[in-house]
Amino acid sequence: MVKALLISATVGGVCGLLSCYMTLKGWALMGDAVSHSVLPGVILAYALGLPFSVGAFVFGVGSVATIGFVKQKSRIKEDTVIGLVFTGFFALGLVLVSKTRSNIDLTHILFGNVLGISIADIQQTVLISALVTAVLLLFRRDLLLFCFDPTHARSIGINTGFLHYLLLSVLSLAAVAGLQTVGIILVVAMLVTPGATAYLLTDRFDRMSWLAIGSSILSSLIGVYTSYWTDSSTAGCIVLVQTGLFVIAFLFAPKHGILRHRFASSMPISSLPNR
Amino acid sequence: MTQSELMRIEADQICVDYNGTVALYDASLHLPSGCICGLVGMNGSGKSTLFKALTGFIRPSRGHIRINGCSVARAQRDQAVAYVPQSEGIDCDFPVSVWDVVMMGRYGSMNVLRIPRQSDRVAVRDALERVELLDLRDRPIAALSGGQRKRTFLARAIAQRASVLLLDEPFNGVDVRTEKLMAELFFQLRKEGRTILISTHDLSHVRDFCDLTVLINKTVLAYGETSKVFTPENLSLAFGGLPPDLLTGNSSSEDA
Repeated sequence: MVKALLISATVGGVCGLLSCYMTLKGWALMGDAVSHSVLPGVILAYALGLPFSVGAFVFGVGSVATIGFVKQKSRIKEDTVIGLVFTGFFALGLVLVSKTRSNIDLTHILFGNVLGISIADIQQTVLISALVTAVLLLFRRDLLLFCFDPTHARSIGINTGFLHYLLLSVLSLAAVAGLQTVGIILVVAMLVTPGATAYLLTDRFDRMSWLAIGSSILSSLIGVYTSYWTDSSTAGCIVLVQTGLFVIAFLFAPKHGILRHRFASSMPISSLPNR
Repeated sequence: MTQSELMRIEADQICVDYNGTVALYDASLHLPSGCICGLVGMNGSGKSTLFKALTGFIRPSRGHIRINGCSVARAQRDQAVAYVPQSEGIDCDFPVSVWDVVMMGRYGSMNVLRIPRQSDRVAVRDALERVELLDLRDRPIAALSGGQRKRTFLARAIAQRASVLLLDEPFNGVDVRTEKLMAELFFQLRKEGRTILISTHDLSHVRDFCDLTVLINKTVLAYGETSKVFTPENLSLAFGGLPPDLLTGNSSSEDA
């Protein structure tokens, strides 16, 4: 139980930080795609006796590369390509599960199994979390500029292509870490919701990061704790708490909440662009 | 900085196409240091394509671009080109402050971790003073007016200390105060030897303070002193005098 609390808080913190970039870049769908696409990688890695994260990472990055390639070489719009590619990968994973003779429990991959996490998985998850955090901290400003104004980034000689793939790689890694706690299906919530909640609460990126990390860790702790004592789905509990926090922010955020607009609609809303 | 006879921008017969659709062909343009140049054309005439080529965002399929006598890649490294986006091009709700945005102009001169030094802070402060936004430096850009936002991005270009400034529709939706202040700044920057290329479809602004004018419609139709370029024939050429299919060449009309 303590192990589960610690590991889900770690993953929560990392995903929370990353979720800020996902929210601002508008990559929610990309997060969904990457997390689903890692399924065949996980299955193959188990079948071959490799660490599951290696397989997951290869397929996560592979899906992104496929999406980029198809989008560039055809006239199909990006969201269509994303939907097409990740379901294809996911379907491949499902077929592989039924065809490989192993003791993998599909539900553990799909919905997470943090209460029964093994030592080896903990080690991998901690390693991945450390790596993701290091990259995000090191390239914090560059990534922020890349999300905000890639044209400017490019014109001052910053390699935006590199940043693009860096962020996608980090996303794949975080999805791998996240699938340990909440599983493939719900990992996108870890990668989006905390950032969205924090975005409603502040107009400063630093504060947004801290709020996202904080709300994400808090959700993980409350979620695991509740699931342990009520014997309900851990992933479900964690994500429900996250969603609950989002709803609270959505209603009561001091500046961007809807209730504030209702009661203060006579006041000028400075965030509207005045033309 | 030597200013004598230095060409800030030299573009020779550049062609750009996107997957077979010609966006720009045979465009040539030479701009000296210390001038304000208007880039005039309709929507889709290739103005933003030219900007993208100058900032290195896209590589021309043919032709050469030299900035301060160097390649575009070198110019990027030297922080020589600053791009001021149009308001529509940026996410106004992005959680950054005025100070943060202007500091982004200094990133190229910083080390990998982008930790600002004293000199960077001075540059940002100076730039904010020049656009009269120092008082609002901690304000998130979401809480700015259109004109203030425009000045923020202009300050970023100034803080970058670029010798070439590319401005995309700088007068769209700005208030009178900002317009005046920007015009004044342009004159100061010109005096400092910087070259300013302003993309616009508003002819009155061009007439008021552009030394040179470039008329563009998939190619450079005419360029030179504003008074000489602004002839009725030239303007009709720039604004739909020619059928578009003649200009897109062999491209499929479906994508054009």
